[in-house]
Amino acid sequence: MTEWIDIGSLDDVPVRGSRVIRSAIGCVAVFRTAADEVFALEDRCPHKGGPLSDGIVHGRSVTCPLHNMVISLETGLAQGADEGEVKTFKVRVEGGRLLVDRSLARRVEAA
Amino acid sequence: MRRKLVVIGAGMASGRVLEDLIGADRDAYEITLFGAEPRGNYNRIMLSPVLSGEKTYEEIVTHDGDWYANNRVVCRFGEKVETIDRSRKVVVTDNGETPYDKLLIATGSQPFIIPIPGKDLDGVLSYRDLDDVNAMLMAAERPGAKAVVIGGGLLGLEAAAGLKARGMEVTVLHLMPTLMERQLDPAAGYLLQKALEGRDIAVHCKANTHEIVGTDRVEAVRLDDGTEIPADIVVMAVGIRPDKTLAEAAGLAVGRGVHVDDAMVTSDADILAVGECVEHRDMCYGLVAPLYDMAKVAARTLLGEAAAYEGSVTSTKLKVTGIDLFSAGDFADRDGREEIVFRDATRGVYKRLVLEDNRIVGIVMYGDTADGTWFFGQLKDGSDISEMRDTLIFGPAYAGGSPLDPMAAVAALPDEAEICGCNGICKSRIVTAISGGATSLDAVRAETKASSSCGTCTGLVEQLLAVTLGDSYEQQAARPVCGCTDLTHEDVRRLIKARALKSMPAVMQECGWKTSCGCHVCRPALNYYLLSDWPGEYVDDPQSRFVNERNHANIQKDGTFSVVPRMWGGITNPRELRAIADAAERYGVPTVKVTGGQRIDLLGVRKEDLPAIWADLNDAGLVSGHAYAKGLRTVKTCVGTDHCRFGTQDSTGLGIAIEKRMWGAWTPHKVKMAVSGCPRNCAESTCKDVGVICVDSGFEIGVAGAAGMDLKETEPLTKAATEAETLEIICAFVQLYRENAKYLDRPYKWVAKVGLDWVRERVVEDLESRAALVARFDFSQQVFQHDPWAERARAEPARQFRPLADLTMEAAE
Repeated sequence: MTEWIDIGSLDDVPVRGSRVIRSAIGCVAVFRTAADEVFALEDRCPHKGGPLSDGIVHGRSVTCPLHNMVISLETGLAQGADEGEVKTFKVRVEGGRLLVDRSLARRVEAA
Repeated sequence: MRRKLVVIGAGMASGRVLEDLIGADRDAYEITLFGAEPRGNYNRIMLSPVLSGEKTYEEIVTHDGDWYANNRVVCRFGEKVETIDRSRKVVVTDNGETPYDKLLIATGSQPFIIPIPGKDLDGVLSYRDLDDVNAMLMAAERPGAKAVVIGGGLLGLEAAAGLKARGMEVTVLHLMPTLMERQLDPAAGYLLQKALEGRDIAVHCKANTHEIVGTDRVEAVRLDDGTEIPADIVVMAVGIRPDKTLAEAAGLAVGRGVHVDDAMVTSDADILAVGECVEHRDMCYGLVAPLYDMAKVAARTLLGEAAAYEGSVTSTKLKVTGIDLFSAGDFADRDGREEIVFRDATRGVYKRLVLEDNRIVGIVMYGDTADGTWFFGQLKDGSDISEMRDTLIFGPAYAGGSPLDPMAAVAALPDEAEICGCNGICKSRIVTAISGGATSLDAVRAETKASSSCGTCTGLVEQLLAVTLGDSYEQQAARPVCGCTDLTHEDVRRLIKARALKSMPAVMQECGWKTSCGCHVCRPALNYYLLSDWPGEYVDDPQSRFVNERNHANIQKDGTFSVVPRMWGGITNPRELRAIADAAERYGVPTVKVTGGQRIDLLGVRKEDLPAIWADLNDAGLVSGHAYAKGLRTVKTCVGTDHCRFGTQDSTGLGIAIEKRMWGAWTPHKVKMAVSGCPRNCAESTCKDVGVICVDSGFEIGVAGAAGMDLKETEPLTKAATEAETLEIICAFVQLYRENAKYLDRPYKWVAKVGLDWVRERVVEDLESRAALVARFDFSQQVFQHDPWAERARAEPARQFRPLADLTMEAAE
């Protein structure tokens, strides 16, 4: 069963925009669509490593800011003729708060 | 015991009665069918295709022997009914008497034969049944055989076209001035005549046949004016008359036809009549649709059900392949009637709707009849068309509430919408010109001046042509903005202005965007167009900006950014340089580079550091250089009269003045400028978007240069006497570019499209226009000329540049 961790408010992510979270496995981009759906993807385009969080969000896709590769927010797969895939992560909204899978967090022993 | 039904006439009307009757109750009657022709029922209206060879007789048979046998209809074809004895309820033939309980008269009509000399000669035919068709086909077998068709109505023309298709030489004689005058108005009649003549059918209107000449066979037709037209056959197709002979002899009430009431019952309660032989409410019909309506009612009456036939509104279609013609209702001119007319002389299309009290009462269509059925439906329903009157003539596709069409946005524009901004031409003016025969882009340009100046409304004018003329107008392939729309950039820009669309959802809705929120191609373009056209009203949408304009820095290949502060005219000082050096050290900037635009680039800044480095630079008085923007980049200068021994003017001062005036303006693409103090051109003014070269007598202003993907020298726009005038002209030029260019067209591309003369007229020659452009530019600058760095260096916006959360430091509980 997924253990969730609060990363902030939905309102912190612009509509049709994205914010980055630093995670145990690197940067993860949290996207918010025009329809207020949220998706979380590895913030790294499979093409040349562009930061997807800086792309333009349209429908359920994001266009990479470096070379316009279009990535599906749902599947992480490159759209159209391009090939490539980025990792997707579980994210959900509860009471206006954004929750992601706790496994993205790295535990640091409290001193 | 089953009741006996006797049917006289085996045509389409009675055929339909039998179908309906048997379909409802096959045991209701014991049916006997008499038919004069020695064959069963066939689709008489399909005789023309049989004549022309497009169909065979077998294909038009509606009821064959099997059908009658299966439905237990006793057929007595070829047996002529002599009399009806109503008192004894029997019909009498050569073979004796047949009793009936109910009698159905469906004797149809007889062709009208003009009572002229020679009418009985061999080779004089009518056009009613298969025998006539067979006789025509026999005549057509002889090579070079000639046919004269008397009568330019529906039947006569179908006969003429059929005979022509069979290889005969055909002449049509028509008494009236135009063909099919009962179904067509003169305009459509004229088009029809032209089409027939185009097929080598000779047409004589106002031709009064005097006599048919021949000894025992037809040889020629002689007209009143003495003209003699040789003929091997003469087809009389001047009209039909209801065949009421039998009914009349039986003492039934008749007028032009057999009188029937709404139940299709004659003056004898046991005798019904249907089809072309009847007269109902003073009307006789010769078309198939009313016959079917009557048949339905007659069948129900025979079954003892209440049913009423209330007359028919008829429509006509000419069944000649390649000639499309449709007419319905009443289209005579009368007080209180209005009309909507559409003509395309080139394509031979004519459409006319006659309106009365906002309802269609008459339809005449020629050339393109695709919408005929729909119009006819509106006519029959008596629909109020006032709501869709503007586009009514274009048919259901434009009648509102229809599915989105690539051209719907243009079609839906109100008449007064300005299409051509240069010449102030509204939609109705263009449509009127197109309807009046200007059927090409060039013709519209010549007629209205629309799209003849800058040409950016060309796409819209072409769409109006397509909308007005229908499918046949072949539009030049214009590239749409993206997959979200079929409109071009120019179309969208024009529509945003013409329809005052001030938000992105408004544009997407009104222009029929195919996606819910656009894509990375159209959104930045729309955002720019809206910013440019509605400064102060439209609110910038950062999420529709490319990353660089959203972050106010240039993204690099590793996801870091470059920071370039503005250096006005390339002039800096130790304090600024010190601040830049400090910032570079503080934020660990790996690369510091001098750019071609005479300023310093700090490369490799992390996104989250951007607000802080901006704040530091702001503190030293440095603002964003917009090195990332579709906007003014740099104004490169040489040192001019300040230091240079060749300098003719203060080129540095002018460059700074230009940059101070222009910075912060969003443009369709980046804009680079330069001012050189003399023709030695040290600032490389001749390859800039706008380049000034100072001379002793003033300032030479060149525009539309390029030194990127393309290399192009500037073109001389004009020469100005003063710095102030130079500034005004440059502002006006940039504003004209902002208002008209396609997103991502540099000025040189845009000027190539609209022409330098067009630009010069507005920016240089027309002082009023120049002043207005400058005023609009300055207004826009009030909104946009502010330092984006300073705004984002503040705490709240700066948060957006930092990660939302850092889960790498999460403490264990």
